[in-house]
Amino acid sequence: MSEKIALFGGVYSNYLALEATLRDARNRGVDGIYCLGDLGAFGPYPDRVFPILRSSEIPVVQGNYDHSLGNDMDDCQCGYTDPRDNYFARLSYRYTYEHTNDHHKRWMQTLPVEIRLELGGYDILLCHGSPRKTNEFLWESTTSSQFLEKLLRDHDADILCATHTGIHWDRALEGHRHFINVGVIGRPENDGHTHVGYTLLEVNGVPRVEYVPVEYDYRRLAGEMADEQLPEEFIETILTGWWTTCLEILPQKERRRGKY
Amino acid sequence: MYPSETHTTDYPAVELKALDQLWFQVSGTRCNIACEHCFISCSPANDSFGFMSFEQVKRYLEESVDLGVKEYYFTGGEPFMNRDLPAMLALTLSYGPATVLTNGMLLKEHRVRRLAEIERDSLYSLEIRLSLDGYTREMNDAIRGDGVFERAMEGMETLVEYDFLPIITVTKTWDDSEDQRVLDGFVETLKARGYRRPRIKILPSIKRGKEIARSRGYDRYEYVTKDMLTGFDRDQLICHSARVATDRGVAVCPILLDAPDAMLGTSLREASRSYTLRHQACYTCYLYGAICSNFASGEEDV
Repeated sequence: MSEKIALFGGVYSNYLALEATLRDARNRGVDGIYCLGDLGAFGPYPDRVFPILRSSEIPVVQGNYDHSLGNDMDDCQCGYTDPRDNYFARLSYRYTYEHTNDHHKRWMQTLPVEIRLELGGYDILLCHGSPRKTNEFLWESTTSSQFLEKLLRDHDADILCATHTGIHWDRALEGHRHFINVGVIGRPENDGHTHVGYTLLEVNGVPRVEYVPVEYDYRRLAGEMADEQLPEEFIETILTGWWTTCLEILPQKERRRGKY
Repeated sequence: MYPSETHTTDYPAVELKALDQLWFQVSGTRCNIACEHCFISCSPANDSFGFMSFEQVKRYLEESVDLGVKEYYFTGGEPFMNRDLPAMLALTLSYGPATVLTNGMLLKEHRVRRLAEIERDSLYSLEIRLSLDGYTREMNDAIRGDGVFERAMEGMETLVEYDFLPIITVTKTWDDSEDQRVLDGFVETLKARGYRRPRIKILPSIKRGKEIARSRGYDRYEYVTKDMLTGFDRDQLICHSARVATDRGVAVCPILLDAPDAMLGTSLREASRSYTLRHQACYTCYLYGAICSNFASGEEDV
């Protein structure tokens, strides 16, 4: 008998996409839904995601943003290295910090940095960036397979699931083991499409991975971002599907696919 | 009194956490130019380290699999002086992502076309880091030599023509107050030469080798102590996650290559032992954070 779970990351305050994602996953009859962290950032009204997540009792891994907000830190620990990227990250973090209720912050402080589960005989490890560092970027074009094999060995898992980069990908490894970057539902993937997406992991003897695009009312989100005076650059990304910030951390292959 | 470079009591040892980055000193210390700020004084005449052979690179690549190396870097000297570099890169890109640090002067079109094919056939990125030290001929050539600016810019144009997005790597030789003006100068010049979305990495200067004569050496208080590493994120230090293979063994990092204690072994495993930060250049790494990697900030953050 097969077992199927839904995995998503990077909510980035996009409560409209969160509702659409949960609806889609439930319609597919999944056995569980998991969030890989980064609840705030980028979008408007950060408090709106918490009732949706918590009333559904969705297990959540702590992302770097959640760790920062939960511990009242000065910055988001996003791991950017470029001054312009950091400028926008600071704007976003300040807005999110000021608009997140304290009891949500304290809840984020309690989130686990990893979740382990077993699915169809496979040991699954859910983390945010990588199991060794919450804000490690694992991009498809700069992560060798032998490195992923080592992470699986070191952390005793068959299937490793992460997010953090904002662009989904997955790679089959030796012996049906797998790495999955589940993507994010907070903003589009720098591919000119306005949808976001999540990942279905189904195990029926062997694991099967499917990325599911999710349409949501992005115009409404963009309008609310404008109401909240969030940067034009962020709104453009929501409306066009192209990233305008966080670009300098992209490796060449991923950067080349984008517009900027 | 401050300890000298030979007095070791207060120097911290840093373990290799994991070998994430494997560097290849693929052209040794041989370079077709002789920059005024080169921290290992590379030049056409410096043969302290020689070219690596294809077989040497292959052997280290094979050894790197079990160690879980995440990415590879090729440096020198000028890596493209080694005629086997394209073949080495093609092989490397079957193991993982690769980055080449070049002065951009030997990027003839047929060579760039080959590099583009190598990257297209791989899952991984082949990053090119192209060094420039000024956005004008005068500013650049004062450091890198007469005629270098124009040839490097031509190399940059060829890379862009073949859809590479080279990371323009600049050693900071100006005052902090000039930061924005210099950055704007680079962006404007690169765009005017057809590089629509330039990627730029600013590096601090390393006060070793020829750079000592160009600017100054380190002050005697500029070194890393055990206390300084308390609570410090050691991932900021390149020796925490990297080693550099050369034609004569494996060294701790690309910066200390010619230091007497830098050679740690003849295999990656042997060279995985800890290293004591007794050099003043370690202070620059401490201060600016893993400056050699592609995505380190180069900004002072402590």
